[in-house]
Amino acid sequence: MSETKTKETTYKPTSPNSKLDFASLWEYSAAPESSANLEIKKKYDLFIGGKFVKPSKDRYFKSVNPSSNEEVTQFAEATQKDVDKAVKAARKAFKGEWSDLNPSSRGKYIYRIARMLQERAREFAIAESIDGGKPIRESRDVDIPLAAAYFFYYAGWADKLEYAFPGKKPEALGVCGQIIPWNFPLLMLSWKIAPALACGNTVVLKPAETTSLTAMMFAELVKDAGLPDGVVNIVTGAGQTGAEIVNHKDIDKIAFTGSTNVGKIIQKSLAGTDKKYTLELGGKGALILFEDAPIDQAVEGIINAIYFNQGHVCCAGSRLLVQENIADKVIMKLKDRLETLIVGDPLDKNTDIGAINSKEQFDRVNSYLELGVEEGAEVYQSKCSVPENGYFIRPTLFTNVSQSNRVVQEEIFGPVLTVQSFRTADEAIEKANNTPFGLAGGVWTDKGSKIFKVGSALRSGVVWANTYNKFDPTSPFGGYKESGVGREGGLHGLSAYLNLK
Amino acid sequence: MSDRIEVQKTYKTYVGGSFPRSESGHYYKVFDSEGDFLANACRCTRKDFRDAVLAARAAFKGWSSRTSYNKGQILYRIGEMMENRRDQFVKELGQIGFTKEEANADINASIDRLIYYAGWTDKYQQVFGSVNPVASAHFNFSILEPTGVVSVLAPENSPLLGLVSVIAPIIAGGNTCIVHASEQYPLPSISFAEVLNSSDVPGGVVNILTGIRSELVEHFSSHMDVNSILYTDKLDKETKVKIDELSSNNIKRVVKKNITDWYEADSASPYFVVDFQETKTTWHPVGF
Repeated sequence: MSETKTKETTYKPTSPNSKLDFASLWEYSAAPESSANLEIKKKYDLFIGGKFVKPSKDRYFKSVNPSSNEEVTQFAEATQKDVDKAVKAARKAFKGEWSDLNPSSRGKYIYRIARMLQERAREFAIAESIDGGKPIRESRDVDIPLAAAYFFYYAGWADKLEYAFPGKKPEALGVCGQIIPWNFPLLMLSWKIAPALACGNTVVLKPAETTSLTAMMFAELVKDAGLPDGVVNIVTGAGQTGAEIVNHKDIDKIAFTGSTNVGKIIQKSLAGTDKKYTLELGGKGALILFEDAPIDQAVEGIINAIYFNQGHVCCAGSRLLVQENIADKVIMKLKDRLETLIVGDPLDKNTDIGAINSKEQFDRVNSYLELGVEEGAEVYQSKCSVPENGYFIRPTLFTNVSQSNRVVQEEIFGPVLTVQSFRTADEAIEKANNTPFGLAGGVWTDKGSKIFKVGSALRSGVVWANTYNKFDPTSPFGGYKESGVGREGGLHGLSAYLNLK
Repeated sequence: MSDRIEVQKTYKTYVGGSFPRSESGHYYKVFDSEGDFLANACRCTRKDFRDAVLAARAAFKGWSSRTSYNKGQILYRIGEMMENRRDQFVKELGQIGFTKEEANADINASIDRLIYYAGWTDKYQQVFGSVNPVASAHFNFSILEPTGVVSVLAPENSPLLGLVSVIAPIIAGGNTCIVHASEQYPLPSISFAEVLNSSDVPGGVVNILTGIRSELVEHFSSHMDVNSILYTDKLDKETKVKIDELSSNNIKRVVKKNITDWYEADSASPYFVVDFQETKTTWHPVGF
């Protein structure tokens, strides 16, 4: 792609040939959110049967703050015995109080959870940023309010299920085993627990080992909300604990959000059983940018699509497909915009991109950065400063890539965008669909009819038009192909937790 | 304590978020179940109704454009506030003959009804809206939108639960309303207005008038800026004809529901919300 010569003067921040150095011209004072009111315990036990109980082997593992590499707290490691105990507690609660409760009372408990989450929102947001590395701006404005909204939405469904499935008699499944990822810890918990409880099930949930803090704070909240013992059980641990849940004989349903690789293992483990399952797996979302799109708006959308939450988003728009005649201009605007992103302390309210969630993920993203270069891509990284301690990666663009490159095909799960160009809409659709994934995609154009034409041709569960990474409890979410089975959210998300007789 | 002179509450109307007296200055006496004097209630007239329609229309734009989530939270908030004022309602229902158990049951059912409709705010669209597979290259979808300003003749014999049961589905769907309270038992409805007023419900969304029903029916049915009228009591033939005929002047949607027992499961349903909705269908081309 050749440099475009334009007549624009350089004083415009978005000018293609401006090289504004925002880092030194626009110094931001630190604006840290105080964590003084957040009390983090030295260690957390398991939450089983309404009580905090020690793990049977008395083993605990460390959780670190990825922005400082300091220990945040320790979580209990749940073994087979503990998982079994949790499943028994859930079964007992299901058979007893919870399934006997009338649906509107069930709803009222869930409403209580929603209200209490709203009341304690700031505390949860700070904990989320400390434990997981995401910017406070996102945990405060997106993760926690949305988590509360999911509980509020599903609370209302508890006594209305017969309206969701005309002609069917909805029945609870029983005990649900739920395994959630580290990218949106509390939000993913709400996606799992809210519909499960609304439909009358009880749950055993395992948060990710690097981000269990808000789940344990949630356990405390569940206690305060007065839910019957055993309706919600939370067991902490790594992959082995998850496997114990998946393989437990007395669990009726498995809900998993995480990588496609683990999803495949889970589906295989469930072979021959009658357990229901939903899988929300990886993605490699394409952003199709047409020449008639409002470009500045599109650039903002692309930034949000890939750099939101450090790119740790299963539906991230990680492949930009831009129409050839505007490609140079868009790339330059993207580079300019990249320079203005602030990478740093997750608790600072100015921060756009926080810390990479863990050492493991940090190494993984870095290995893809090296791989991209080996594959012949041109790399562009913003020149911003990053903190010395902790795991930080500058926002990155790969240009000059081809469809078969691994950085184009594989999910990187970091702040890395690949850029390809296309000539015709059909070519864009072909490239967008040429991946085993099918979670989400974006279309940017000023022409409404094109949105629907391209949108319906995309083989993905979500299509965002002239926007990206929007979530709402009323809106179903989930993938085609290897991005998963089933939907979460909205009316459609209910069926994953019901027997429809 | 016997020499303590009680300060009695003046029961006024609820219009546009304030509590004005009737513009007419007229009143009628309200009695308890023993036939003893309880209070003077405002005997509202055409002008009070006119003022209330203005307030309801002014509030419609803002209320109907609130997000469903926000409307749901506000309905939930009304329920929360009502729990707090339980004692006041127990006392007022007691005065008109409810036993303590009956009063509490009435209040419980009223609160639960508010929570029930709070849950519907962001769901009825999903259940009753549709995407229509037209046989051409168009994306065609139908959504529900609130009808507008609704006048309501509240149930005469269920002054609290009946009142809540007619207001909740109307406002859950984004409409605003003018309600004529039970003529014989108007006091709980004015207390309910106090609950509304402390529940983040914008002024004008619900307006409550008291007075003589036979005097007000004409205005409730004839006003040209009212889009729909609801009644649930069994009315005499003459009144029914009058409501239907006057409503025809501006094609008001006349919603008649014969509900005598407000505890019955049928007395609350999403169809009650849909009764006050219009269907809007949009055609959008599909193509490069």
